[in-house]
This record gives sequence, C-alpha cells and structure tokens, in this order.
Amino acid sequence: MTKMQTLEWAFFAIAALLTLGGAVATVAARRPIRGAMGLLTTILGICGCYLLLHAEFLATIQLIVYAGAVVILFIFVVMLLGSSAESPQDDRAKVSRYVGAGVFLACVLGAGALMTSVTAERSKALPAVAATYGTIEKIGQELFTEKVVPFELTGALLLVAVVGALAVGRGKQADPTLASTSDESNPAEDRPAGEEA
Amino acid sequence: MTVPISMFLVLAAALFATGAMGFLLRRNLLVLLMSIELMLNAVNLTLVAFNRIHPANHAGQILAFFVIAIAAAEAAVGLAIVLAFFRLRGSVRSDEATALKN
Repeated sequence: MTKMQTLEWAFFAIAALLTLGGAVATVAARRPIRGAMGLLTTILGICGCYLLLHAEFLATIQLIVYAGAVVILFIFVVMLLGSSAESPQDDRAKVSRYVGAGVFLACVLGAGALMTSVTAERSKALPAVAATYGTIEKIGQELFTEKVVPFELTGALLLVAVVGALAVGRGKQADPTLASTSDESNPAEDRPAGEEA
Repeated sequence: MTVPISMFLVLAAALFATGAMGFLLRRNLLVLLMSIELMLNAVNLTLVAFNRIHPANHAGQILAFFVIAIAAAEAAVGLAIVLAFFRLRGSVRSDEATALKN
C-alpha cells in the first residue's frame, strides 16, 4: 500500500466517521440545537465523500446550500421556538414504533449485505476519469444543454416554495387584508382612531 | 482511487437507515425534518457513487444537484409549516397534529 492509498483510506475513514457520528447525534439529540450541529457534521462528512468521488462542484454546492442555508434555517427556527423546541419523549404507541423501526432496520441491513456481495467484484476495477470529470465547466455544459428543462423547472419550483413558505409562515395575525376587512366591518373602532388623528 | 465504491454505498445505506430510524422513532417535528435531510443526503451519496462507476456523463451528479435544490425548498416549506403548527398548538410534537383526526 503506497502512501497515497493510505491517505485516501484515512480520509475516507474520517469522512465516514463524521457522517455516521453526526447522523446518530442528529437522531438521538434531546435538544434540537444539538441535532442541527449533528446535521452539520454529517454534511461535512458527505462533502469529504464527494471529494473522494471526484465531485468537486457538488462538494462546494453541498457546503454552500446545506451548511450555509439549510442548517442555518434550522438553527433560526430552533432559536425562534426557544425552550419549547424541546419535547419530552412519550411512551404512546411505543411498541408499534419500535417494531416498525426494527423491521425497517433488518430490511436495510439485508439489502446492504446483498448490495455489498453484488458490487464487491465489480468495484475492483474502477474506470479512470478524465481530469475534467466533476468540474464546474463539464457539469455546467451538461446542465445547460441536455438538462436545461429540468433546470428551469427547478427554478420554478424554488419560486413556488418561496411563495408557499411566505404564505404559510406569515400566519393570520400579519395578514393585512384580514386586518383591513375587520376594520371596515366594525366602524365603531375606527372612529376614536380618527378623532385622535 | 483505492476505496471501493461498495464502501460508499454501505455508508449511504447506513446513513439512510439512521435517518429513517430517526423519522420513525422521534416525535419532535424539527428532528423529523432533520432526519428527512439525512435520508436525502444518503440518496445523494448513492447517486454520486454510481456516477463514479459510469463516468461517461454526469447524470448522477446533476440529479444529486437537483435533489439538493429540492431539499432546500423542502426545508424552507417544512420549517414554515412547523412554525405555523407551533403558533396553532404551542408545541412541536407530532402527536399534537390531530386537527384532521378528531
């Protein structure tokens, strides 16, 4: 094993450890703010895996979008909710939840074992990649020629998501149309305000 | 490239399983959303790993790019729903979401 190979294995081990440790911390966290930190750790580990898989552009996007936007959004909401973001775990429907989760875990472990045995001999000889594989130039070229329709549709979806998040998150209290109709329906409240002015 | 692809696939499967377990076992809406993000990350890792086996084009990486965009939209809308739910019920427990049940 050359020095380079050892370094690659060490890099992968660190990335995998960050990924799984962060995932377990996210799932097991009592406080959601710790869960958000675990999610951040997982994202850093995944980013390292992308670098090993020659996906440099995606690694950058992963850091910018996930670590820079999604985790920060989670932390904003956790801080907005304050102490009520923590909820005690209750025992209702405990048996069915644990049985369902256990069945799912068994399925995933079986599928993982099958997958490893199938892909083991295949992954021995990985094809060599061009130096431009995974760079922003090649991905941009492909994105704006073959995949331009899904790209534009993603833009439309993000716009709809922004409008939807605004509409849902604003709530009834901040709706100016509701406030104005309630003022018109009750002119007695309007008068003292007018007199003061 | 010395690390075999199967290692990445197993890592992604373990990550997906962890996220799904969190989704099934936890009752906190914020943790549920974070578990969904974990599962989406696992799927992305699988896509990028399979793209490494077939490096003729970047179909897997571009699909992962779209999944990242949709995950960001999902987080924004989901957190807005959590905020609206908190305003309604004063809690972020998924047990409290019984408005359609009763």
